[in-house]
Amino acid sequence: MLTVIITLAIAAIIFGIILAYSAIRFKVEGDPVVERIDAILPQTQCGQCTYAGCRPYAEAIAAGEAEINQCPPGGESTIIALADLLDVDVLPLNAEHGEEKAVATVVRIDEQTCIGCTLCIQACPVDAILGAAKQMHTVIQSECTGCDLCIPPCPVDCIIIEEVKPDIRHWVVKMPEPEIDFATPHPHQS
Amino acid sequence: MITEQDFSKLDGGLKLVAYKHLSTGHKIIDAPVVKNYVLPLQQHIGAISQCVVSVGERVLKGQIIARPGNTISAAIHAPVSGTVTAIDQQPVPHASGLADLCISIENDFKEEWHQQEPLADEYNNLSSHDLRLLLRNAGIVGLGGATFPSDVKQTETHIRTLVLNGVECEPYITCDDMLMRERASQILSGADIIGHIIKARQCIIAIEDNKPEAIAAIQTAIDEDGTGFFRLQVIPTIYPSGGEKQLVKILTGQEIPAQGLPAEIGVLCHNVATAYAIYQAVFEARPLISRIMTVTGHGINTPQNFDVLIGTPIKECIEQSGGYREDSCELIMGGPMMGFTLHSDSLPVTKASNCILVMLAKETQAVARSVNKAHMPCIRCGKCVDVCPVHLLPQQLYWYSSSKNMERAQEHHLFDCIECGCCAYVCPSNIPLVQYYRYAKSEIRLAQQELAASDIARQRHEARLLRQEKQKQLREEKLRKKRELLKKKNTANADSKGDDKNKSNKQDAIAQAVARAKEKKAAREKAQ
Repeated sequence: MLTVIITLAIAAIIFGIILAYSAIRFKVEGDPVVERIDAILPQTQCGQCTYAGCRPYAEAIAAGEAEINQCPPGGESTIIALADLLDVDVLPLNAEHGEEKAVATVVRIDEQTCIGCTLCIQACPVDAILGAAKQMHTVIQSECTGCDLCIPPCPVDCIIIEEVKPDIRHWVVKMPEPEIDFATPHPHQS
Repeated sequence: MITEQDFSKLDGGLKLVAYKHLSTGHKIIDAPVVKNYVLPLQQHIGAISQCVVSVGERVLKGQIIARPGNTISAAIHAPVSGTVTAIDQQPVPHASGLADLCISIENDFKEEWHQQEPLADEYNNLSSHDLRLLLRNAGIVGLGGATFPSDVKQTETHIRTLVLNGVECEPYITCDDMLMRERASQILSGADIIGHIIKARQCIIAIEDNKPEAIAAIQTAIDEDGTGFFRLQVIPTIYPSGGEKQLVKILTGQEIPAQGLPAEIGVLCHNVATAYAIYQAVFEARPLISRIMTVTGHGINTPQNFDVLIGTPIKECIEQSGGYREDSCELIMGGPMMGFTLHSDSLPVTKASNCILVMLAKETQAVARSVNKAHMPCIRCGKCVDVCPVHLLPQQLYWYSSSKNMERAQEHHLFDCIECGCCAYVCPSNIPLVQYYRYAKSEIRLAQQELAASDIARQRHEARLLRQEKQKQLREEKLRKKRELLKKKNTANADSKGDDKNKSNKQDAIAQAVARAKEKKAAREKAQ
C-alpha cells in the first residue's frame, strides 16, 4: 500500500515537472487561429467589416464575435477559405458591408487640385501616400490597397479611383472553353 | 564514354514530322537594317531591366541602354547607333498580347560602335568571376528559348560536364542547325569559355540524328580543336529530347530532381546559340544585340534563317522572305508545339525569338491548338500518360486544372510540366491540355503575387500602428516632462517669495566682488 502511494506520488511529481517545463518551453505566443485567419484576409485595412483593420477582424472572428462574410475586398474566395479553415458553412457576402469589386482599384491624386492638407496621409492605413503640409501629395500606387479610406477626408475631392490595368506580369491565361456537355439532354431528345 | 547502346531512352515523347528542310536551303543572311528599333525591357526570365538612357539621348551601337534590375536579370544594348525616341508601353511578343515597357531607337545609319577592345584569348588569364561579369555586361541570356541570364547559371561550382544543346527538337525550327553548319568553330570557342568559367572536365555536344550537315560540321571543328575536351553525341530524333532535363537524362541516365537544376548532378546545359553569343562577347566585344532567327512555315514564300538585330520588327524579316502566301493564317513565335500566337507582325524580335512560324489555315486546324472551340470530354484513354516525358498524369492535371482545384494540381506536380504539348498532340478528344496547365500555373502564380502583396500591406500597416503608438508615447512623455518642469518652477517661485535669504546672499556676493575689484585696483596703482 505505502509503496503504491509513494510510487504514484513520485510519478506525479515527475510528470508535473515535465508538464511545467513544457508549458514554459513550448509556450505559443498569441493565438495561432488569429494568425491563420489574418493570413487569409486581404490586408486592405479598409474597415468595411466595422473593425479597425484586418487583424482586429481576425481576432473578432476567432472570438466568435463576427461572421466570416463581412469582408467585401476579399469577397467569395476569402469567405470560402475562412469557411474551410474554421470548418463552418459558406455564407454569402453580407451586403451591409459593401459589394465585392469586379476589378481591383487603386487611387490617384490629382496633383493640380491638391492643396497639401495631409488629411489623406493621416487616413491611409498602409502609408501609401507621400507628401507634407502645404506640399503636393502623391499616391505610391504599388503600395495602395484600394481601401478608399483617403477619399472622404479630402476637402477638395482630388482623389480619383482608378482601375488596375491588365499587366503583363499579372496576366492570367484564359481557361479554354469547357468540353461539350453531353450530360444535359439535347432539345430534340426530350 | 557513352555509346549508342548506353542511351537512356527518353520516356514518352513523339516522333514528329519535322519540316526542317523548308528553311535549310539558304545560308543565314543578315536581316535588313531598318529605321526604327523597339527593345522591350523584359526579354529574359527574372526582374525587368532598368533603363539608363533618356528620350532624345544619342546612343552608340552596343551601348548599354538598360542594366540588370537585380541578380536574376540581364542588360540590354542598343542594336544600332541613333537616338532614343521613346521609353513607353508598347506591344511586345507575349502570349497575352499586352504591352510592356520598351525603349525605341531611331537608327542614324552611321554604324558607330560603342568603343570596346575585344578580350580574345586573354580570357584564359581572367578569373571566373571577371568572366561572369563580362557575360553580365554583354546581356547574354539562354537563347534556346528560356532566356535565363547566363551569368547566373554559371555560378554553380563542382560541375564536371558541360552539355551543349544542339538538339533543336521542335519541328520547323532550324536556327541552331544552320548556326552549327556555318559557325561550328565559333560555337566551340564559346563552349571553351564556358568550360573555363565553370572548370568543366568535358563538353558533350548533343545533336539529333536528323541534322547530318550540322553533325559533320561540328565533328570537323572538334577534329581541328584536338584538345579532347569536346565530344559529339548524336541522339535519336524524338520530341522533346531538347528539353534541358530530358537531354541530361538521355546523356547521363541520371534524372534531375523535380524543380531542381542539372547542377545537382554535376552537369551544366547551354544552348549552342548561347555559346556562340558568348564567343561574340569575348572575341568580338559584341554584346547580345543580334541572334539567328528562323522564318519558316508553309505560309511563307521563301523560308530561311536571319542574323537579325534585336528590336527589328518581325514584318521586315517576313518581307525579306518573300512575304506571306495567300492562304497563310496564323503567326506563331517559337515552334508549333510550344510556341504562342502573335497578334501582329509589327512586334519586335526579342532575345527569345528563335522562330517565326507562318501556318496555313488547314495546318492550324490539324494541330490541336484551337483554344476557342469546345472540345470533347476526356475518355481516360491514357495516351497522354504514355507520351508525357516527365512522367506526369496529364489527365489528372487536366481534371484538377479545369475544376480549379489548384492545390491538388500542385500535388500532382503541375509545375514540373514543361509544356511540351505531347499530351495535347495525341489527345483523341482534342483537349487543349497545355492551355489548361498554363491557365492553372498563371492562376497559382497570381495568387502567390497577391499573397506577397497582402503580406507587404500587413507589414506596412503594422509598422504604421507601431509608429503611431511610439509617437503617442513620445508626446505623452514630453507633456509629462513639461508638467513636471512647471510644477518645479511653481514651487521654486513659491519658495523665493517666502523669504529674502536668497536676495541678501546675492547682494552680499556683489558687495564682496566690488570690494575685491577695488583691492586689485589699489594694488596696481601702488605698483606703478
